[in-house]
Amino acid sequence: MKLIKQLFALLAFVPLVAAAAGGAEIPLDKAPVNLSDKASLQRGAKMFVNYCLNCHSASYMRYTRLQDIGLTEEQIKDNLLFASEKPGDTMTVNMSYKDAKVWFGAAPPDLTVIARSRNPDWLYTYLRSFYRDETRPTGWNNTAFDKVGMPHVMASLQGEQVAHFKKVKDHEGAEHEVFDRFELVKPGTVSQAQYDSMVGDLVNYLAWMAEPAKTKRMQTGLLVLAFLGLFFIIAYYLKKEFWKDVH
Amino acid sequence: MNALQKLLGWVDARFPLTATYKAHLSEYYAPKNFNFWYFFGSLALLVLVIQIVTGIFLVMHYKPDGSLNAAGVPVAFASVEYIMRDVDWGWLVRYLHSTGASAFFVVVYLHMFRGMIYGSYRKPRELIWIFGVIIYLVLMAEAFMGYLLPWGQMSYWGAQVIINLFAAVPFIGNDLSLWIRGDFVVGDATLNRFFSFHVIAMPLVLLALVAAHLVALHEVGSNNPDGVEIKKKKGEDGKPLDGIPFHPYYTVKDILGVVVFLIAFSAVVFFAPEMGGYFLEANNFIPADPLKTPAHIAPVWYFTPYYAILRAVPPLLGSQFPGVLLMGVAVLIFFALPWLDRSPVKSIRYRGPIYKWFLAAFVISFIGLGWLGILPATPLYTWIARILSVVYFAFFLLMPWYTKIDKTKPEPERVTG
Repeated sequence: MKLIKQLFALLAFVPLVAAAAGGAEIPLDKAPVNLSDKASLQRGAKMFVNYCLNCHSASYMRYTRLQDIGLTEEQIKDNLLFASEKPGDTMTVNMSYKDAKVWFGAAPPDLTVIARSRNPDWLYTYLRSFYRDETRPTGWNNTAFDKVGMPHVMASLQGEQVAHFKKVKDHEGAEHEVFDRFELVKPGTVSQAQYDSMVGDLVNYLAWMAEPAKTKRMQTGLLVLAFLGLFFIIAYYLKKEFWKDVH
Repeated sequence: MNALQKLLGWVDARFPLTATYKAHLSEYYAPKNFNFWYFFGSLALLVLVIQIVTGIFLVMHYKPDGSLNAAGVPVAFASVEYIMRDVDWGWLVRYLHSTGASAFFVVVYLHMFRGMIYGSYRKPRELIWIFGVIIYLVLMAEAFMGYLLPWGQMSYWGAQVIINLFAAVPFIGNDLSLWIRGDFVVGDATLNRFFSFHVIAMPLVLLALVAAHLVALHEVGSNNPDGVEIKKKKGEDGKPLDGIPFHPYYTVKDILGVVVFLIAFSAVVFFAPEMGGYFLEANNFIPADPLKTPAHIAPVWYFTPYYAILRAVPPLLGSQFPGVLLMGVAVLIFFALPWLDRSPVKSIRYRGPIYKWFLAAFVISFIGLGWLGILPATPLYTWIARILSVVYFAFFLLMPWYTKIDKTKPEPERVTG
């Protein structure tokens, strides 16, 4: 009997359970991903090379592939490469992963496919959710990734924010601290809206880099489906013609 | 007699080319009343060909190497991304192969279900069914080993969990799992032997079994939705009255099935290759890390019904062996189906209500267990999984009883179209 009651109780909570299993503790902001916006992808590539590529590699990504987002080989050479690199190289970092492990505790992950393991919305939220926390070795913490090892490398742009938490009671009456809001305590070089848009470009680039063939995949898919649609008509009448004499 | 006929005559004198063509295609008489459910056999064959052809091209670029490259990424993982980026149309070949794995199980599950509802496993088709169940087992091994190769976190920890199941076998368990792994943890040795099995051993066995499955089928002839034998009613020419030559009738019909399947398949390959994380899991885009266990490890969807049964069985004296055993039995019990069924009729069309209820309960339990196997185990879910596991086994174990007492309708003399 208890079991039957539990079963009914379960049915009522199915949507809630499903949401909890998703693992998102804070609501994620929608990332402005638009793979056809080449200007945004180019700005994002610049952000990536300037702010991420010092510690994080993108070791499956070749610089030449940036031609897909409208850059010429000359532009790639002049703006995005250091002296020793060639356009055919992949986006590696000079720091060895073994050193990085000693220095940071964990090697900064390769970011080539980060938008496929972490979705773009999470990345967009994460990169805007650093806050000052003096209990952390780097002085930074993040509401999307508690006790993150990475410092806020774009603090000069965003400025410094602190997080305010509030106490809430759950249905069992226990008190929890949950994130309430951010407060900007030291402005950066750009406005909040500008910062959001810059991070949006960066995340757009990360989403593109995770699967550069995506646009081509969809275009090819339409052609394939159109072909199969025509083939279906032929196959249908072929079958009908042959089966006329089957009773 | 022209040159081509001469050549054919020359071959036929030395090899049964025309005879084979007649026996298996142009003069193989299949019942004329095949319905929707009969597409999935030829589709399974199609997916097998897709997997083999795409697999050949993947092996040209994939590197089964667990060591780290200069950037600190396992070579195997990096080689898959190399295929996705630097190999011309590599992304397409890879998505065809990864989607093909799931598609294989979709069509095989539907193909097996067809066999169940129309009693295609009954006498004289027991061996066809047995070959089929062995194909299913080999397919599971093939899929499991293939899933390790991208060397992502889910590949790695999925393999770790499944291989550790063998450690639950009493007395020899630890040595057995060590022997399978070739190392104390899943490592380069495991990756290389799985690669070898995945690209050579299992496909060879699979092809041989598919050949045996078809030879046995063509020996006794196909069943049909009415479950009556068309060979019993032959015309004056000795051909079954309700039979039509496989070629051209079923070749043109199967082409239609193939096109519809390819439309659905292409929709996934080109527009949703990850299938919301069910065909390609997000965690598998993180390279394998032996020191970092993911919070939630779930097998790919086609194994989840059995995974749910495994988790539903409580440990006995601290050993997980009962769960492992029951999971194994849940798969192997399909072998016994021809002998569990005591009904006087084959097809669901002439069976009574008790069978239909049991079958419906079985389908619900299979899908329900598959759903639960994806979710993290909570006490409540575990209880539901236990109930559904009992239903799953009841379908098989009570079958000799309920198929005997069930009220059946008389089978028709001829197929009903």
